[in-house]
Amino acid sequence: MRNVYVLGTGMIKFGRYPEKTVPELGAEAALVALRDAGITIKEVELFASGNLYQANAMIGQRILQQIGQTGIPVINVANACATGSTAFREAFMAVASGMYDVAMAVGVEQMGKQGLLGGAGGGSDPAYSTEGRIGSGLMPAVFGQAGMEHMRKYGTKLEHFAKISVKSHKHATRNPFSQYQNELSLEDVLNARMVAYPNTLYMCCPTGDGAAAAILVSEDKLKQLAGGRKRPRVAASVLTSDPYTERDLTLPDVNTLTRRAAQKAFEMAGVGPEDVSLTELHDCFATAELIHYENLGLCREGEAAKFIEEGGGVHPDLGGKCPVNVSGGLLSKGHPLGATGVANICEIVWHLTEDERAKQRQVPNAKVGMAHVIGLGSACTVHILTV
Amino acid sequence: MPEQQTPQAETGPRPILPILRLGPKPHLVGSKCGSCGAIFLDVRRVACSKCGAAGNLKEVELSDKGKVWVFSVIHQSFPGIKTPYVTAVVDLPEGVSVKSNLVDVDPEELEKNPQKAFGMPVELVVNQVATDRQGNPVMAFQFRPSKS
Ligand SMILES: [Zn+2]
Repeated sequence: MRNVYVLGTGMIKFGRYPEKTVPELGAEAALVALRDAGITIKEVELFASGNLYQANAMIGQRILQQIGQTGIPVINVANACATGSTAFREAFMAVASGMYDVAMAVGVEQMGKQGLLGGAGGGSDPAYSTEGRIGSGLMPAVFGQAGMEHMRKYGTKLEHFAKISVKSHKHATRNPFSQYQNELSLEDVLNARMVAYPNTLYMCCPTGDGAAAAILVSEDKLKQLAGGRKRPRVAASVLTSDPYTERDLTLPDVNTLTRRAAQKAFEMAGVGPEDVSLTELHDCFATAELIHYENLGLCREGEAAKFIEEGGGVHPDLGGKCPVNVSGGLLSKGHPLGATGVANICEIVWHLTEDERAKQRQVPNAKVGMAHVIGLGSACTVHILTV
Repeated sequence: MPEQQTPQAETGPRPILPILRLGPKPHLVGSKCGSCGAIFLDVRRVACSKCGAAGNLKEVELSDKGKVWVFSVIHQSFPGIKTPYVTAVVDLPEGVSVKSNLVDVDPEELEKNPQKAFGMPVELVVNQVATDRQGNPVMAFQFRPSKS
């Protein structure tokens, strides 16, 4: 396997773009990444496109129909919330394998106002719909209960989960790419409308539109194209699916596959959790972030609440340590499904390369960054980038 | 998502899912793997996802009593679904867990004292939740705090 580097990145501010199409949003991010890399579409040899809601609509080709139809192989990826990061991994593997020297991944999504309750229905008699009649299988219920498992085992309090949302919103005030950039107090979060206990409205990520892109190159290409610019290496790229665990089919087990992915990623990168300068993890709900502190090894089993009390996850500028989701995370930055996995890699790259785009929130002396995504169903990616 | 129910000649109560068996003593059934003993909550399974053994599954009756593993109080749902309600994961003694609504409990009280619900003994109840296009009552199962 060859070394792979991220030469260029691009993303558009997450938000709502009802006047634009999905290929247009993807094309915008792709063009930023090309400009950042200092190359043109003619040098790209493979294109991986991540989009979930229009998975059958050849979004990758339609992006190239906007920015340059060079006839290269295009892969359209759908993998729930891990769609973008799986597309990134396809591009990584294409270069790592030695088959291609330059590959691009784009993640893009347009969700409009369809909430996390979307996707119900179908052609069958609604009298047999199980949702709300024999429990709930929707995301708020799944991640509410994932938090309740932690509460049951370790006595975690509602306030611990709520503090994560306060932190994420504070972080987001320094990220112009974030969908929401407003600060919230602990009272704001706790007093907000309850969605699914223990997550209130502000402890659930918003829906929205967005796109992000990354260009990956081999070491030889890096030498030709980087012109002395510092560019991070993709030290680990891991994808797992949910192994059999006893309750997985009743309550999706988001822990086991994350733990396995993190463990494999640390082995592949030859680093440990203590070496990580910053983490972007999949905080689709505040409860998810708390359990992933442990799943990713940022703190010990059962000590996530203590980690929070000691300032864990908070940007060092704000007096914290072991920064997590300095971008604002999904809770504030937004979660356009297919874009998320590429966007969090952009964030890592920007800190590792002291990019202008993360200037306001730069994690000092960042050397190792970890990006984690989980899609229910389930798929989990962990990427580790180093400089 | 539920399977489309195949039309049946007779009218009468219909289970919301094939794992619910109606009759004088309503109960749930599962598929048990003859190789590793894992139980799954479906009746048309072709192989075991725990050990990979194929064609070695048989239907087993599941207990109507269990214990709450975790729950959430749902405050926002589809139109027509009354909120708040409690969704819970219930562990059955056979080593399989099942998800349904927890009834005869006070959602607000559970939010104040979540530890009270963990491990709570519960029992299966069956209620009509809808009427299908053919006019048949659709029956679903829930759990309530155990009375025995
Ligand atoms: Zn088996």
